[in-house]
Order: sequence, then structure tokens, then C-alpha cells
Amino acid sequence: MKTMAITIKPKTFLLLPVLLVLVAGVVLTVVRFTYGLGKVTALSDAFPWGLWVGFDVVCGVALAAGGFILTAITYLFNAERYKPVLRPAILTAFLGYILVSVGLLYDLGKPWNIWHPLVMWNPHSVMFEVAWCVMLYSTVLALEFSSIIAEAMKWKKVVTAFHAIAVPLVLAGVLLSTLHQSSLGSLFLIVPLKLHPLWYSSLLPLNFFLSAVAVGFAMVILESFISSRILHRGLEFDLLVDLGRFLWFAEIVFLAVRLQDLFVSGVLHYAMDGSLEGIAFLIEMGLFFTSILLLSIRRIHNSKIGLFFAAATAVLGVMANRLNVSLVGMLSDSKSGYFPSWSEITISLFLVTMGVIVFFTAARYLPIFPPEKEADISK
Amino acid sequence: MATYGLLLDFNTCIGCKACMRSCKEVNNLSGPLGQELSAENYTVVNTYKDLNYRKMCMHCLTPSCTSVCPVGALKKSELGPVTYDGNKCIGCRYCMVACPFSIPRYEWNNPRPVVRKCIMCISRIEQGKEPACAWVCPMGATRFGERDRLLDIARARLTRHPDKYVNHIYGEKEAGGTSVLMISSIAFADLGFRSTLPQEPLPDLTWTVLRKIPNIVFTAGIVVGGIWWVINRRMELDRENNGNNHKA
Ligand code: SF4
Ligand code: SF4
Ligand code: SF4
Repeated sequence: MKTMAITIKPKTFLLLPVLLVLVAGVVLTVVRFTYGLGKVTALSDAFPWGLWVGFDVVCGVALAAGGFILTAITYLFNAERYKPVLRPAILTAFLGYILVSVGLLYDLGKPWNIWHPLVMWNPHSVMFEVAWCVMLYSTVLALEFSSIIAEAMKWKKVVTAFHAIAVPLVLAGVLLSTLHQSSLGSLFLIVPLKLHPLWYSSLLPLNFFLSAVAVGFAMVILESFISSRILHRGLEFDLLVDLGRFLWFAEIVFLAVRLQDLFVSGVLHYAMDGSLEGIAFLIEMGLFFTSILLLSIRRIHNSKIGLFFAAATAVLGVMANRLNVSLVGMLSDSKSGYFPSWSEITISLFLVTMGVIVFFTAARYLPIFPPEKEADISK
Repeated sequence: MATYGLLLDFNTCIGCKACMRSCKEVNNLSGPLGQELSAENYTVVNTYKDLNYRKMCMHCLTPSCTSVCPVGALKKSELGPVTYDGNKCIGCRYCMVACPFSIPRYEWNNPRPVVRKCIMCISRIEQGKEPACAWVCPMGATRFGERDRLLDIARARLTRHPDKYVNHIYGEKEAGGTSVLMISSIAFADLGFRSTLPQEPLPDLTWTVLRKIPNIVFTAGIVVGGIWWVINRRMELDRENNGNNHKA
């Protein structure tokens, strides 16, 4: 009875805001495509990239990194015991990239030209490279995702076909991810004078790659916790504890590279100057340090709630980093005082909400999770 | 082929704004004359302490905007101008973010928006004419010509009147040099021009990383593939030794 109360409450409680976001999202979508970007966004000539680039695209791609991390571990490094968490990770990554692409459709001034990079080439452009990698990687994810379905449906022929190409496919996915995860950082290499020194660095691509690895682990942990809660499934807790160890290590490597870089460039004093950038930087660092600290204490690392919070702070840390690079760090030079409009925020929320709904619908009706440990189900 | 440019001499500009008006005319730009660059003002003339100065696209020799555009909608013509093709553009606005002079503007309130900036009247140049703003300028304060010649003229003016000009040809070296050159009696920083630009073209910063990508792919492919092969081989050997049935 008690579980009933717990599970039903948040749903009815959430229903109203979710409905509101959905309705507002649809209305704003119509406005966006009828009247142009100016009507719904706070963007300006001085600040042409806002929340939709910073959150929907730059954060979105990072948060979908769980897919390539886990396929690499399970297939390339043959750690097959992670298979139970592999499928939801692939599903999340696949949905994540779809969301990123949809977000891009909102943000591009001429979304109907989105296919142009296919035929109009500029190999000197980082954006061109990212576009190609994201397109190819989404194809890889679509194939990996269909292999899951085929496996669960026991379509023998399809499954054998997938088996034959599994390793090269996964390898391609890992390489493509390495490239575009880091290239999202390279996007900002060309603005040494516009991006604040706390974030501008020639190591931006490396920083982005290392933090993508970290957030990949963190997202898999979070997703497993949340879906076990909502779908009442068992939790592969020992696997998550192991992933937590990888997360801990990845965060330390990221922070070490980043801090030595800032130290060598002699810009750390900006962190303490009380400016908006300084505070944003301290928040970013604080989140990473908290996560590392939580994971360093064995009692916390091995407790469900502790691991959950460690992963959540890691995700927030990487999000803070991405938003700092693409928004906060670009603010002062632009003198624009950009702050996302409520419509921008609503549309971002709308996309996330849609993603979450699709994820749980898919998780419920598609054979995403291996059918074991169903004892928790309360009916 | 000669590469052309414009020389803007702020000291001789009288602020009549004929250039702004003629620009609107030849480029079909509506709306009133503005104070700031906008989708309807490719160039502006403003006044600071009696000095009239002009702002427009610098037509960089190695432009950031053309290097970042994923579809090559922006192009550096051999004639000098940096041109734009709205039919190719996808509207990512990376050009606006990347431009070191923050020049390109966008049609925010158009559902089919395009990027807006001076294109140095490329079609007029191709017809053997001067850009409209240079042609109309009554004082010769905007002068069209081969960039090398303009640079000589600018240098000559600075040496002849060291008291009247700050010793700086803006655009000679900025961001690797630009086709538009400017000389002035007031420091460019005071007029709001970015004065801390590196002398190397900014696209180099990206290219040093981008050009390594084939190596990265190759090396990472070999390393990760190698790890897979080793692990896989070892597991196969284990299996053979144990004679176990393997379950995929
Ligand atoms: S000034 Fe800006 S818009 Fe003009 S050519 Fe240079 S980079 Fe491009
Ligand atoms: S907005 Fe258009 S012109 Fe500018 S970089 Fe993007 S595609 Fe190219
Ligand atoms: S060169 Fe042509 S487009 Fe550029 S400012 Fe002059 S008149 Fe306008």
C-alpha cells in the first residue's frame, strides 16, 4: 500500500505542470516558425547563440554520451557484465541525439536547409565536422537500437547480421563520438577574445572529451536509478557501484587537466574576483569536487542515495561547464546582458519533457530492459 | 588578379552619410539610417569628439566567417570581397559568433531569415565599377583600389602628417590583415574597434586542431581496435583451454 501511495503521488502531482509545458510548447512552436526567432528568443546580433545552442545542443550531446561509453566497455573491452545497463544507455543516447536534432531545427534560422552540409562542404569548419559526425553517429545509434529490438523479438537472421557487424559498428560509434564530443569544444577555439579566460583554452577539445566521458558514466547511473524507480524494476546496483568508480576516475582526470591548464595560463585569479564568471566557475568546480568527494567516501559510494547524488552532481557539473562555455563565458564581451526568454526556456523544457515521455513509453512497451528481477513490481 | 580593398580615412570624412544612403540604395535596404550596424545598415557613420568614423565589414584576408560556415555560404572572392549566399545558409549563426569584428547581423524577425553584412558591392566590382559608398563619397574619405596601393597611400599619409594621424593602419595586420584599411586621428580602441586582435588569422586556431583529425581517427582506431583484439583473443584462448561452451 505504501509503495502505491509513493508511486501514484508524484504522477498526479506532475500531471498539471507537464500538461502546461506541453500546451505552451506547442503554441510557442507555432509562434517560432511563423514569426521567426526574434519573437520567442532573447537573442540579438550581439548574442546570436543562446539557450537552445548552449542547453539543447551543447549540453544535449554531452548528456547522450552514455551510449558510446557503455558500448565501448561492453563490446570493445568485452566487459559483458554491463549488458543489463547497455540497452537503456543506447536508448537514451538515441533519444538524446533525436532531441538534439529537433532542438537544432528550432534554433537554425533556416531549418529546411539542415541537410545542406551533406552536399555543400567546408572541411575547414568545425560545425561541418560536427554535423557529419552527429549524422553518422545517429545512424550508428539507430542501427544499435534496432539490433536491440531484433534481439528481443528473436528475429534470428537480423540478429546474426548485426552480430557480424557489431564490433566495427561500435568502433565507428566510439570514434565518431570522440570526434564530435571534442569538436563541440573546438567550436569555441576561434573566439579567443570573446570567451572568458576561465574557459577559453587551446585544450577545449580535450576538456570536452574528458568531461563527456565522465558525464557518460554519470548519466548511465542516473538513468538506471530513475527507471528502476518509475518502472519498478530491479536495480543492478553492483554494476552501478563499479560505474561510479569509473566516474570518479574520469572526473579526477578532467579536473586535473583543467586546473593545471588554468594554473599554467595564470588565470585562476579570475575565480576569486567576485564577477559573474568567477561565481559561475566556482559553482562548476564545486559540483565536480562534491561529486568526487562523495565517491571517495566508501560508505557513501556504496549507498544508493549517495551514489545517486554523486552522479547527479557530476551531471550538473558538466552541464554547468557547457553552459559556462557557451553562454556565461561569452556574456561580458558581448555586452548584451542576454538572459533566456521564458519562451526559450519553455521550449527547452518542452523538448526535454517529450524526451522523457518517449523514453518511458519505449522502456515500458519495447523490450529495453532484460526481464529479470521483477519482484519489485507492485500491482 | 588584383585584390581590391577600401581605405577609410576618418580625418577627411565630413559625416555626410552619403555612403550609408547609397549603400541602402544599391542593396535594397529599407528603414531609416541607423546608429549601429543592423540587418538594414551594412555600414554606419558615427561621430566621436569631432571625428567621423565608419564601421563596416573588414573583408578579412583570412576571414573567420568563411572558415566557420559549415556550408560555405560565405566566401572570400579573389577580388577581395567576402560574399554571402543566402540560399546555401542554414542559419546557424556561427559566422556571427566567430567574426572577430562582430560584423554580421541577422534578420531576427523574419521567418526566412538571412545574414546581413556588407559584401563590398561585389557585383559592381565585377562590372568594373567602384563600390557604391566609395563612388559616392564627396571627400574621397572612402577610397577604392588595389589593397597594396591603398596601403602605400595610407603609409604616405601617416608619414607626411604624423601629427594628424595615430601611427596605426587598422586592418593592415589585424586578424591576419583585412581588405578594408582605416586611418584615424583618434586611437581605434577609443572608437570602439577591437584593438587586441592577434596578427595571425584566427581560423588557424581551429585548423591546427581540425587537421589532426585524420591522425586522431587512425591512432584511436588502431588503439581501441587493438585492445579489442587482445581482449577477444585472450577470451577465445581461455574458452578453448576450458572447453567451455560460450554464450554470446
Ligand atoms: S569582418 Fe567579420 S564578417 Fe567581415 S570578413 Fe571578417 S570575419 Fe567575415
Ligand atoms: S549563419 Fe549561414 S552564413 Fe553564417 S555560418 Fe551559418 S550557414 Fe554560414
Ligand atoms: S561596399 Fe557596398 S555594401 Fe559595403 S558598405 Fe559600401 S556600399 Fe554598402
